[in-house]
Amino acid sequence: MTAQATHSSAFQGGFANPVFDGQSVFRQVMNALARPGMKTAFDGLTEPPSPLIATVGSIAATLFDHDTKIWLDPVLSRNEAVAGWLTFHTSAPMTRQTLDADFAVLADGTAMPSLESFAQGTQEYPDRSTTLIIQIEALEGGRDLRLTGPGIKDFQTIAPQGLPEHFLEQWAGNRSRFPRGVDIILAAGEGIIGLPRTVKIEIGS
Amino acid sequence: MNTHAQLATYNFAYLDEQTKRMIRRAILKAIAIPGYQVPFASREMPMPYGWGTGGVQVTASVLGPDDTLKVIDQGADDTTNAVSIRAFFQKVANVAVTTSTAEATIIQTRHRIPEETLKEGQILVYQVPIPEPLRFLEPRETETRKMHALEEYGLMHVKLYEDIAKNGHIATTYAYPVKVEGRYVMDPSPTPKFDNPKMHRSEALQLFGAGREKRIYAVPPYTDVVSLDFEDHPFEIQKFDEPCALCGARNVYLDEVILNDKGGRMFVCSDTDHCEKRRAEGHVGHLAGEAPETAQ
Repeated sequence: MTAQATHSSAFQGGFANPVFDGQSVFRQVMNALARPGMKTAFDGLTEPPSPLIATVGSIAATLFDHDTKIWLDPVLSRNEAVAGWLTFHTSAPMTRQTLDADFAVLADGTAMPSLESFAQGTQEYPDRSTTLIIQIEALEGGRDLRLTGPGIKDFQTIAPQGLPEHFLEQWAGNRSRFPRGVDIILAAGEGIIGLPRTVKIEIGS
Repeated sequence: MNTHAQLATYNFAYLDEQTKRMIRRAILKAIAIPGYQVPFASREMPMPYGWGTGGVQVTASVLGPDDTLKVIDQGADDTTNAVSIRAFFQKVANVAVTTSTAEATIIQTRHRIPEETLKEGQILVYQVPIPEPLRFLEPRETETRKMHALEEYGLMHVKLYEDIAKNGHIATTYAYPVKVEGRYVMDPSPTPKFDNPKMHRSEALQLFGAGREKRIYAVPPYTDVVSLDFEDHPFEIQKFDEPCALCGARNVYLDEVILNDKGGRMFVCSDTDHCEKRRAEGHVGHLAGEAPETAQ
């Protein structure tokens, strides 16, 4: 019975309606990547164990399955409850190699490894690259960043809090490898922002 | 046998959830790399290849209970392909349907873009027979992959040049190749080239599904879509001498309708919703006849 009690959290907190919850979360994620920088509001449809937040738990339940390898940052991979929850609700295999990951989940954005260390795809198949889901403190209140590129009419300003210092440098490198490169979903409690590899990020508003 | 009980055993929108996740992941990568063809594990659908299995799988993966679906076939809401796909989603997803372009949140299309300008938040899903614009020039997938990888599109320009050399003008009138965001050359599906300018910086999200060829690609909103051409032979769309015979519309794409075996013909809007809306507003073409009410 003790074993059951310690593991019970892994079995709870998934989608109440997997079909419709997954569909609505997917549409939000799709809109976020089709309209980079636009904040997409999100209901906490899942209750994953801390420090994983509900928005990220919902994205995981929507997109992860036995076909996708997941890389967790040290904060999350050390946490048995998180790994257990993700495994139970998505059956996705975990990997310790950033280069193998279809998805990477980062609880601590400030400790982000270099973007080049993740799967970049090949010049022939640039889609075979990692999508990073980065938990940040907040989508607003940070330094103003100006986005331009496909999906953006003129320009879009975002001010996420909790990105690593070297993020802009890393992102410029990511863009220079186009069509190869990673795509990023920034997630906070209040919603998500999509940063597909096409988007250009500069300081300023 | 109770047919309703049988239907209830289908998952929402026909596809199982694992298939939807796989297609959804492909759509996200397609959006991130505009114009690039993402391979996906296309499923067998309850309709033959060539009837829009790619478009149907994309629609089934994005569709939700709050959506309003419109389906067109060559611009028309009332032809076989459009009617059966619309009925399919009514049955398997119980989703609201419409023929009005403005009311639809998702529009699945076979080979036309509606005349009415699409708005932010709308999704246009194309049924694509052959997604590879270079396929008729180079049959080997390994080679066309490499050509896209190296951005080596000289062959396509040679093809357009040969058109000019033979005919004096670029004779490609449909599936006219475009370049997306200055990088990938893309087949816009066999839409008439008349529709190409509508893709450029469209407010709507454009998704393309090729079921038999197992490819998904996308053009996000506000993305540059430029038809290939030459400085001295700029891209031109089709022009029609006469307006629509039913609603009098000009600057729209017209279908030729044969009226008799003595050479009688009329040209009418290919977009039936656009034509009906205009006639309801009181626009009358020269062959429109009288409204049924007055005739009675």
